[in-house]
Amino acid sequence: MSTENTPRLLRIATAGSVDDGKSTLVGRLLHDTKNILVDQLEAVERVSRSRGLDSADLALLTDGLRAEREQGITIDVAYRYFATPARSFILADCPGHVQYTRNTVTGASTADALIVLVDVTHGIVEQTRRHLAVAALLGVPHLIVAVNKIDLVEDAQDAFEALDRDLHALADDLGVLNLQSIPVSALRGDNVVEPSQTTPWYSGPSLLGWLENLPDASQLTRSEPFALPVQTVIRPQSAAVSPEFTDYRGYAGQIASGSVAVGDSVAVQPAGRTTEVTRIDVAGAPAEHAVAGQSVTLSLADQIDISRGDLLATPAAALQGSKTVDAVVCWLDDENPLREGQRVLLKHTTRVVRGIVGSLDGRLNLESLAAESVGAFELNDIGRVSIRVAEPLFTTAYTQSHALGSFLLIDPQSGRTQAAGMVQDDSVHTPGVLGSLRADAGEWAI
Amino acid sequence: MRDPPVSTTTAPTETALTQLQRLEAESIHIFRETAAEGERPVLLFSGGKDSVVMLHLAAKAFWPAPIPFPVLHVDTGHNFPEVLEFRDRTVEQLHIRLEVASVQDYLDDGRLTERPDGTRNQLQTVPLLDAITEGRHDVVYGGARRDEEKARAKERIISLRDEFGQWDPRNQRPELWSLYNTRHRPGEHVRVFPLSNWTELDIWSYITEQGIELPSLYYAHERDVVSRDGMWLAVGEHVSPREDETVQTRTVRYRTVGDMSCTGAVESPAATAADVLAEVRTSTLTERGATRADDRVSEAAMEDRKREGYF
Repeated sequence: MSTENTPRLLRIATAGSVDDGKSTLVGRLLHDTKNILVDQLEAVERVSRSRGLDSADLALLTDGLRAEREQGITIDVAYRYFATPARSFILADCPGHVQYTRNTVTGASTADALIVLVDVTHGIVEQTRRHLAVAALLGVPHLIVAVNKIDLVEDAQDAFEALDRDLHALADDLGVLNLQSIPVSALRGDNVVEPSQTTPWYSGPSLLGWLENLPDASQLTRSEPFALPVQTVIRPQSAAVSPEFTDYRGYAGQIASGSVAVGDSVAVQPAGRTTEVTRIDVAGAPAEHAVAGQSVTLSLADQIDISRGDLLATPAAALQGSKTVDAVVCWLDDENPLREGQRVLLKHTTRVVRGIVGSLDGRLNLESLAAESVGAFELNDIGRVSIRVAEPLFTTAYTQSHALGSFLLIDPQSGRTQAAGMVQDDSVHTPGVLGSLRADAGEWAI
Repeated sequence: MRDPPVSTTTAPTETALTQLQRLEAESIHIFRETAAEGERPVLLFSGGKDSVVMLHLAAKAFWPAPIPFPVLHVDTGHNFPEVLEFRDRTVEQLHIRLEVASVQDYLDDGRLTERPDGTRNQLQTVPLLDAITEGRHDVVYGGARRDEEKARAKERIISLRDEFGQWDPRNQRPELWSLYNTRHRPGEHVRVFPLSNWTELDIWSYITEQGIELPSLYYAHERDVVSRDGMWLAVGEHVSPREDETVQTRTVRYRTVGDMSCTGAVESPAATAADVLAEVRTSTLTERGATRADDRVSEAAMEDRKREGYF
């Protein structure tokens, strides 16, 4: 099958505060790319009329749950799917209230690009700082700020350019990777899908124009060293789909980064041995070569004790195991705070280990961008912790590999997901918010 | 190198992965992750195109080992015969065990009563939950896609259900990166939706690309139908023409399979997967809006049924 003419997928997430017009923007994006079907549009028009509105309220296209319709707000991350002739999109639509920062973290964790909405009449507000900080923390490859309601200001060019300067200054402080701001009117559709005539001073592409030309994450991680966390060992024995595979033994997983070819050497961790790849199966069929993002099964030359949770990696990039994890966490649990001494389960790649939270090394103050000392992390807090784990983990700094540097904290009793964790390595210079949370001999570095 | 037992796309070296390659890889990752963490997984198999694609992906995930869990069919007793025949043939080919939860059994012994309108989709919930409990299934795979409906758009890939099978949209676990949390307490289980990120167009593109077999009613055939509520319903054991309705013979196909009494057909000459794909590309109605009477009842119809433990 030709890959040239096949649409490629881009995962995007949206974030904005209440009344920034995010639902309208998403509705506009779906509508103007002709991804709204007749019955959906009719339903929206019907409800809009029953509410006494003159025109279809495009925000209704995305407000899914009954409580949301009743309250006119968005509660939970909603996933939207739309396509243009150039590419397909998975859009994680994240609610904007302060208490829903965890949703933005969730949406941003899988996003190739994050779209943050800013109301040009309000400028940068606390939620903007929070969303940009999340983009920096999560290392979202591309950040797009949609400067909305550009139709409502007198001197739109000055307002946009001043805001654009402030946004870039903030992005530099926070360590945001790539920021692009675009003046839009979600209500009128200016610069959303088509470049607008009403902003002749803006020569850049429309929002959709940007999105259609961004690289996706699987392309970005391909140049990194090869790493494959083992999900399961496939040994069919006598149950094999065909007798020729009764001796088959393969290590299955999704390639986290890099690429692998038959004949390559791989290091097995924690066994600490190196062997050779003798066979690659991609989704159930043999291949000579496989790349980041593909689900594969590798057969190896030597009989080594390998099980779920182990790591196959390029020998030159083999990691050291450690029973201490230093990380920045975003606390997601609205029932219980995080305290020193707390017992947790830590899920890293395909391995779940028991852990005990050591010191809380400072919470990020999003106003000052400084670390402050606190006794506990509450819902939506972002802070630095040290966690002792029962078995060595083979981690790398999150800034170097999202797959090997991310983890969840899980409540051992209830099974609730309590935190998103990003491994820090203080020997690596980390700019922005992550660097500001550096633990230096008990001092809160700023 | 041996010939591939299942056709697939191969790894490109320079170009990006295609959309279907990314979706396929994600679904396989989800299968492997949840099957490894679960004790007794089961896959909900209706014979519908989504469950067929799901089974195809499960086979790839564990190849050359067989699929390491059984399939469960919630049998409304209002099945299209073509679908039952297809179901039995498929499980035999794949050497997997079939569990059946029969709505008819519940009606026969009085545990459930027939609804006034005669439709049975809503009656599936109790037999499904009982089968999950009896089978002690802790991981239950479903073929739901988020593009199907607004409530589904908000459901996670891993969806925790309490002992009543209920989904609480206000209490969903955040789902980060590709780190899935399947932990649950005794009595609870997780529903897993490996096709969450697929659209109807993706499903048909994949069926076409991979040459996946579907029950014959997905393709154009002649059938005696009546027009009801803007849909074509098949006349037969479960649907009798009403006084004002005339039976007509039309060339139709189905876009979903379900309870024969409320699943409508669309007029279509599409005889192959490629024909259907071409139709889907230009379609102007969502598949549920077009052919499922039970979702039209209220704007919140799907959300209500999900809360009750429906798929």
